[in-house]
Amino acid sequence: MSSTTEPALDATRSAPLDPDAAISIRGLVKRYGDFVAVDGLDLDIRRGEIFALLGPNGAGKTTTVEICEGYRSRDDGQVRVLGEDPAAGKRAWKAQLGIVLQSGSGESQLTCRELLTAQASYYADPRNPDEVLELVGLTEKAGVRGKTLSGGQRRRLDVALGIVGRPTLLFLDEPTTGFDPEARRQFWSLIRSLRELGTTMLLTTHYLDEAEALADRVGVIARGRLAEVAVPAVLGGRETAPAVVRWTEDGVRRSAQTSTPTRFVQELAARFPGEVPDLAVARPTLEDVYLRMIGEPS
Amino acid sequence: MTTTQPALPSLARVYRSRIGVELKEFFRQRESVVFTLMLPVLLLVVFGAVLNYDIGFGVTFTQYFMAGIIAAGILGASLQNMAISIATERSDGTLKNLAGTPMPKSAYFLGKVAQVLAVTLAIIVILLFIGVVFYGVTLPSGREWFTFAWVSVLGAAACTLLGMSVSSLAKNGRSASATVTPFALLLQFTSGVFFQFGSLPTWMQTAASLFPLKWMAQGLRAVFLPQALAIKEPAHSWELGRVALVLGIWCVIGLLLCVRTFRWQERGAR
Repeated sequence: MSSTTEPALDATRSAPLDPDAAISIRGLVKRYGDFVAVDGLDLDIRRGEIFALLGPNGAGKTTTVEICEGYRSRDDGQVRVLGEDPAAGKRAWKAQLGIVLQSGSGESQLTCRELLTAQASYYADPRNPDEVLELVGLTEKAGVRGKTLSGGQRRRLDVALGIVGRPTLLFLDEPTTGFDPEARRQFWSLIRSLRELGTTMLLTTHYLDEAEALADRVGVIARGRLAEVAVPAVLGGRETAPAVVRWTEDGVRRSAQTSTPTRFVQELAARFPGEVPDLAVARPTLEDVYLRMIGEPS
Repeated sequence: MTTTQPALPSLARVYRSRIGVELKEFFRQRESVVFTLMLPVLLLVVFGAVLNYDIGFGVTFTQYFMAGIIAAGILGASLQNMAISIATERSDGTLKNLAGTPMPKSAYFLGKVAQVLAVTLAIIVILLFIGVVFYGVTLPSGREWFTFAWVSVLGAAACTLLGMSVSSLAKNGRSASATVTPFALLLQFTSGVFFQFGSLPTWMQTAASLFPLKWMAQGLRAVFLPQALAIKEPAHSWELGRVALVLGIWCVIGLLLCVRTFRWQERGAR
């Protein structure tokens, strides 16, 4: 597949921080010893949007997110989260955030309801714990101790703990890892209902279908930089990329790239008496463009 | 989007909430209840049944052991309990999650202190009850209660702060337990909990004198033993002034260590 030139974001590098954005990052750098985890990253996340950060392990996703959450220090660059520098975030600032860490929320002898009630007591205007349990589908587990939940249930509890404080901005770091497909669909509808309530969300995920289903915009992070930011449907030039037509002819599987798939299929159909065997027409999937973006430059 | 922020909850409200969390976390966990609460009780029952001899002036060993086992119980409720529970909460992410909420940091420590005090009080009440009912232990009287209170509180405070500091050295709860438990056992054997302190070799007495447990046990002996037995102490006195001084110094050391070493995340995460 021919590689299109990827639009780099260096043009915005000198742009000032966006004061209206939920998150605004310029020239972020984070090193661990000799390893540069984040290497001059720029990003703006608008209020009210769901933004998905995609990227392979070690690309700098969690580092970026945890710098925004105030957990990690940065070596260079500017970061504003809800108008404040996370490195100096006070209680009132933290009260506007909801955080679902990749590592989860720990074990507890408390029941789900007790955990949510305790978490709610730290916030100014919390949600009702029982309503939150309902929202994440854990109503039946309200009286069950946190440590006895299954992996997927515990992850839903993590999300419940993240939203009980009624956050303006919710961080979700790989929230659906370990979910079965049905649990993931339920989680998606939960995220959509939170969006209706105006919550801004920064989501990191390994699942491209998840990013496509949920996100208003997707950013692909590779080697500590943002390779591209786009609406999922146009990421990597997907919407104008050549289609691939596949069929079987003389017992051999054939394929062809074409920017005029309709005409190509008409011509193909004319060559066959009836149905074209095994005919399929596909645009590059999000996965195709994603894999191309994170691949080593050829 | 312009929003006026609703007021954050009062400190008192968050403190109440954290105290409730810490009490539930401790008393619902079978391992911690058995290990911290029941072990001193079992030791009292066993030693009281086996070693109920006269140590002089008509005082039984059980009366002597009462002081030591209460001191050991306080050590378990504070140093061991804090080191293990906080190391566990750090490695399983509980601490990191709390650090991401608007919970005031002081509320976490206050909850832990309340937990230590509640467990200490429970241990003392149970041990006294069993001692008095089954082994004829004489309860303190008059000013001895006052000494009992300050030695217990000061000892618990020093050991709580040390436990919080030590938790930062461990990788997780299990490794904290593997390090702190043998250390506590060693202290118990050398600090006059199981044997009369005066009968230990001098070098052992000196080594034990560096740590708080020896002084807690000695202060409590002043509470449970008649004044006449003070002659059997190495200094021929209960040395209550020095007990207060050493425990006070350990409080300061513990606090400084705690402030310098306490981490809300696992090492190397920042």
